[in-house]
Amino acid sequence: MSSIPRFWRNIKSRYNLVGTKCLNCNRVYFPPRNLCPKCRRESKIVEHKLEGKGIVLTYTTIHVSPEDFGKQAPYIMAIVKLDEGPKLTTQIVNCSPEEMKIGMKVEAVFRKIKEDGSSGIIHYGYKFQPIRTA
Amino acid sequence: MEKVGIVGYGVYIPRYRIKVEEIAKVWGGNAEAIKRGLKIYEKAVPGIDEDTITISVEAARNALKMGKIDPKEIGAIYVGSESHPYAVKPTGTVVAEAIGATPELTVADYEFACKAGTAGIQTCMGLVSSDMIKYGLAIGADTAQGAPGDALEYTAAAGGAAYIIGKDSLIARIEATYSYTTDTPDFWRREGEPYPRHGGRFTGAPAYFKHIYNASKGLMEKLGAEPEDFDKVVFHQPNGKFPRVIAKRLGFTPEQVEEGIIVDRIGNTYSGSSLLGLAKLLDEASPGERILITSFGSGAGSDSFSIVVEEEIEKKRGLAPTVEDYISFKKYVDYATYAKFKGKIKV
Amino acid sequence: MKVAVLGVGLTKFGELWETSFTELFVEAGTKAIENANIDGKDIDAIFVGNMSGGRFIDQEHISSLIADYAGLTPIPSTRVEAACASGGLAIRHAIMGIESGFYDIVVVGGVEKMTDVLTERTTQILATAAEQEWEANLGMTFPGLYAMMARRHMHEYGTTREQLALVSVKNHRNAVNNPYAQFRFEITVEDVLNSTVVAEPLRLLDCSPITDGAACLVLASEKKAKEFVDNPVYIIGSGQASSTISLHGRENIAIMDATINAAKEAYKRAGIEAKQIEVAEVHDCFTIAEILAIEGLGFVKIGKGGKATEEGLTEIGGKIPVNTSGGLKAKGHPVGATGVAQAVEITLQLRGEAEKRQVNADIGLTHNVGGSGGTAVVHIFSK
Repeated sequence: MSSIPRFWRNIKSRYNLVGTKCLNCNRVYFPPRNLCPKCRRESKIVEHKLEGKGIVLTYTTIHVSPEDFGKQAPYIMAIVKLDEGPKLTTQIVNCSPEEMKIGMKVEAVFRKIKEDGSSGIIHYGYKFQPIRTA
Repeated sequence: MEKVGIVGYGVYIPRYRIKVEEIAKVWGGNAEAIKRGLKIYEKAVPGIDEDTITISVEAARNALKMGKIDPKEIGAIYVGSESHPYAVKPTGTVVAEAIGATPELTVADYEFACKAGTAGIQTCMGLVSSDMIKYGLAIGADTAQGAPGDALEYTAAAGGAAYIIGKDSLIARIEATYSYTTDTPDFWRREGEPYPRHGGRFTGAPAYFKHIYNASKGLMEKLGAEPEDFDKVVFHQPNGKFPRVIAKRLGFTPEQVEEGIIVDRIGNTYSGSSLLGLAKLLDEASPGERILITSFGSGAGSDSFSIVVEEEIEKKRGLAPTVEDYISFKKYVDYATYAKFKGKIKV
Repeated sequence: MKVAVLGVGLTKFGELWETSFTELFVEAGTKAIENANIDGKDIDAIFVGNMSGGRFIDQEHISSLIADYAGLTPIPSTRVEAACASGGLAIRHAIMGIESGFYDIVVVGGVEKMTDVLTERTTQILATAAEQEWEANLGMTFPGLYAMMARRHMHEYGTTREQLALVSVKNHRNAVNNPYAQFRFEITVEDVLNSTVVAEPLRLLDCSPITDGAACLVLASEKKAKEFVDNPVYIIGSGQASSTISLHGRENIAIMDATINAAKEAYKRAGIEAKQIEVAEVHDCFTIAEILAIEGLGFVKIGKGGKATEEGLTEIGGKIPVNTSGGLKAKGHPVGATGVAQAVEITLQLRGEAEKRQVNADIGLTHNVGGSGGTAVVHIFSK
C-alpha cells in the first residue's frame, strides 16, 4: 500500500500546480521547494500557483511500464517547461506519438495518475495536453 | 421565490467514441436496427485515466471560467453520479480541492441514478435563496457501465456538467422547480455488483414516461404555463427515441425538443444527461428564452425546472468550451480498446 | 594522490539463480584477496557499494552482513549508496580512508542481486534512483529518462538512431572476449533497431540488462603496498560531483554536468588532461549514456559523441578504447557492483592481463553514474 500522508501532502501541488516562489530572488519553483537553492539561508519562500501552460522540451513513449502503471502502457511522458520557468515531468494526453513535437505548446488537465490496487486510494494529478485552438 | 439561478456552467465530454456497429459486431447485434430503434449512432468513452472525479473537476473548472467567481465563495458542492469512484469517500471533496474552494464549505455526494445532478441544483437553490451560502456548485457526471452484451451497452456513456447557482450576475434565472418521486424499481444496481440490472420494457411507461410527464405537467401547472410558453425543452436522454416521445405527449413541438438532443452523438451520460442537454441549449440561447428541463432518475423520480435566460449570458459567451466543442473533438476506438479503458477485461 | 590496487576479483555476471547475495560477495572478495596475496588479518576496513539490498532482497545493514559472512568482523565495515554509482563511490571512500591515514589496506566491493524479484518490480526499484514524487510516481521509468535525454540529444546535435545502436554493437563485440560477461555474442545495428521498444527511441538492445554479480578490489597505501608488490597499478585521481536528482531539474537535459564536474576534479588531482586517457570504462546503462559520457569526460566535444562512435574512436584499436569489458550493456549491470567491476577491468588492462581484450594503455579511467546523472564518480588509474 502506498503512503497515505505522503500522497496527501502533495495534493495541492498535484491538483493545482501550487509551487513556491523565493521572494528574495523572484525565482519560481515547481515542484515546490522549501529552500531556494540559489539563496539558501536567505530564502523567503511563499506559495505560488502556476498557470499550467508550457512547452514540450523532450518526450518519450513508455512501452515497458512500472508495476503501478501496468495497464496504461503505452503512454507518452515529457519534460514540459512552464511559462513561469520551472520544468516538470508529466504524461501527455490527447496526442499520438506521431503528433508529438519538441516545442509543442501544452496546458494542464486533471486526470487519474494511478490506483493503489483495487482497494487502495486513487491518486489524481496533472497531465498535459496540446493546447487546442478553440 | 427569490431570484436565484445559474451564474455559470461548464461541461466535459471525454474524447473517445465507439460506434454502435463496433459493439454490435462483438455481440451479434443488428447495428442498423439498433440505430433505428434507439436513434443513437455512437457514444462517449472515458480514457483509461478518466473517471467521474476527473470529469467533474474539468466541468467545474469550466464553470468557473464562465462564472468568474472566487472559488472560495462557493459554500456547497454536490456531485451526483451513479459511478462515484469510491463507495465511501466523496467525489465532491476532490472537486473542492481541485478548484480551490476548500476548506470553508459543505460537500456531499448524491446518488439518484440519472437525476442526482438536478437534485444537487435544487439543494443549492435552497441554500442560496435562504442566504446560507453565496454560491453553490451542483455537478452531474458519470462514467456509466453497461453490462457487456446488454442493450444498455449501446448507450451507457461518460460525461458531466457543472452549474454554479447564485443570486447575482445570473446568465439564467430558475423561476420554478417541481419534483415527482415514487418508489419504482425500474433500474438498479446492488452494492458490490459491477453492472446494473433493469426491468426491460418496465423502464418505459411506469418509469421514464410517468415521472417526466408528471413532473413537467406539475411544473407547468405551478407556473400557470402552457407548452407554447417555452422556447425550448430538454429531457433526460437515455436514447434518441424517449425524449421525442415524451415531448410530443406533453404537447411540445419537434422544433422545441430537437436542439437539446445530443444522445445520438455521445450516448446516455446518465447523471450528466439532462444537464448536458441544458448546457447545449444555453450555449446557443438568447436572452429572454424560456427553457423547460426535466430530468429522470431510475428508482424513480424527476426534477423539472423552468429557466429564463438573462442578458448576462451574452457577456459570458466563449469563456469556456461549449458542448459542441467537446462533441466534435473525438477519436474512435474499437471494442477491445473500449473494454480496456472501461476496465471490462478482468486483470 | 596515489593508492595502490593490490588485488582484483569478480564473479560471473548474469542471471545467477543458484547464487545468493552473500555467496556473490564472498566469491568476489576471496578472489580479490587471493589475487592481492594478502592475509585476511591484513585488512583494516571494508567499503561496499550496494544500491538496494532493502528492496531487492529485503536486506539492509549490508555492512554488517558482509563483514560477518566474510569472516572479517570486527573491522569497520561501511555500505555506500548512490544508486548506480554506489560502487564507484565506495572506491572513493576507501581511497579517502587510506589517503587520510586511517587505514593501510582496505577491501572495497560492490554487489547486487537483482533477479529474485519480478521484472516489473525491478523496474520500479530502479526508478527509486529518480525523483519519486515528481518523476517515478507520475509514470516515469529509468529507460524513459534516458530516452528523453536521447531525444533531446538527437534534436540538438543530430545524433542518429544508428549511432546509438553502434554503442551496443561495439560493447557486445568486446564482451565476446570477456569470460565474466553476461552476454558474449555479437549483435548488429539491425538487431538493435528491431528489438522491442522499451521507451521511444530506446529499444531493448539499447538498455543494459538486469544482472546479479559482485566485484572487489584490495587497495593499499603506496607505502604499505611496497611490502606486497613491486609495480602495482595506482589510482592517481578521484572526482565526485552531484547534480539534480530529477532530469527536469537539470540545467541542460542533454548534458550530464555531474560527469563534467567529477572528471574535472579527477583530472586535477591526477595532474593530467582528458586527451591523456588511453582506455576507459564508462557508464553505458543505455547507449545514449555512453555518448553523453565520452562528451562529458572530454574525450570529444559536446554533441560529437554520436559521430565519434560511428567513426570508431572508441573501438579496441581506436584512439580511446571505451568499455573493453563489454560495458554495462554486454558485461551486465549488477547496479552496486558496476563501479567496482569497471575498476577491475581497467586494472587488468594496465597490468596487461586483459587477454584477448588487451589494449596498449598506461593511463585508464572509470566513470560511474547514479540515476539519470544525479551523481558521478570518476577515477584515474596509472601504471
